Amino acid sequence: MTISAAHPARHLLRAKDLADARFRDPLDVPALARAAHVSPAHFSREFKRAFGETPHQYLLTRRLERAAELLRNTDWTVAEICARVGLSSVGSFTTSFGRAYGQSPTAYRSAHPPLVQAWIPTCLVQAHARPQSSTFREDSRARSR
Amino acid sequence: MLKALTHLQIWVEDQDEALAFYTDKLGMEVREDFTNPEAGDFRWLSVGVPGQDVSIALLAVPGPPMVDEETGAQIRAVLAKGMAGGLVFSTDDCKADFEELKSRGVEFAQEPNEGWYGIDAGFRDPSGNQARMAQLNP
Repeated sequence: MTISAAHPARHLLRAKDLADARFRDPLDVPALARAAHVSPAHFSREFKRAFGETPHQYLLTRRLERAAELLRNTDWTVAEICARVGLSSVGSFTTSFGRAYGQSPTAYRSAHPPLVQAWIPTCLVQAHARPQSSTFREDSRARSR
Repeated sequence: MLKALTHLQIWVEDQDEALAFYTDKLGMEVREDFTNPEAGDFRWLSVGVPGQDVSIALLAVPGPPMVDEETGAQIRAVLAKGMAGGLVFSTDDCKADFEELKSRGVEFAQEPNEGWYGIDAGFRDPSGNQARMAQLNP
């Protein structure tokens, strides 16, 4: 795949797309950096400059958005949903979910029964449903790694 | 009153590259390809899905005199960040088309996703324009 005269953000977009496509997998920031062909040392800073949030924030909120959708539309357990969105710790997931949505996963599920829907392109639904990411304590931990 | 939508337009970084992508990889046909030497060699290039009248104009990201350098750079940045395009195509078999297009080198941002509505998948053109194909349930 070749990209001519690519704007620097075009490479970073590949990492963002990878987070969208592979959030179920054990992705981490170094894997995203490889997709963007940027050294891990520069990747997070360049990603944030282009998209306004760190790659860790983006990946986490993508996973939380998907988890919220599964809570609304399936009867899977919280642990199962946690695993299905690529997170390994139910405790961390519950904490992050609470920060993003202001309630626990089970309370969120009770408050949000499935809706009767019309089709909207999936990427738009997912992009608009993604929670704000500015208050995640996980970022400070991720930066320190 | 308005009769029909005949063209929509997207910006591309490189028209030759875009033409190859939309024809060779996506299977579209060239509708118009005209360069006007009296307008700074402006190239009006459009493609379309065979059998459908709507054409997609693939226009080069502009610079002066159409827009100032800063505006051109802003358009280029929006493209590169993946926030332009928004084309949606229909397909009879999303999964088969995904495999075929992927084998041709199309860059997918989302693999086929099954939902209550059917199956859809998302891809990008070389400039970063987003596009989707959807196999919706009847």
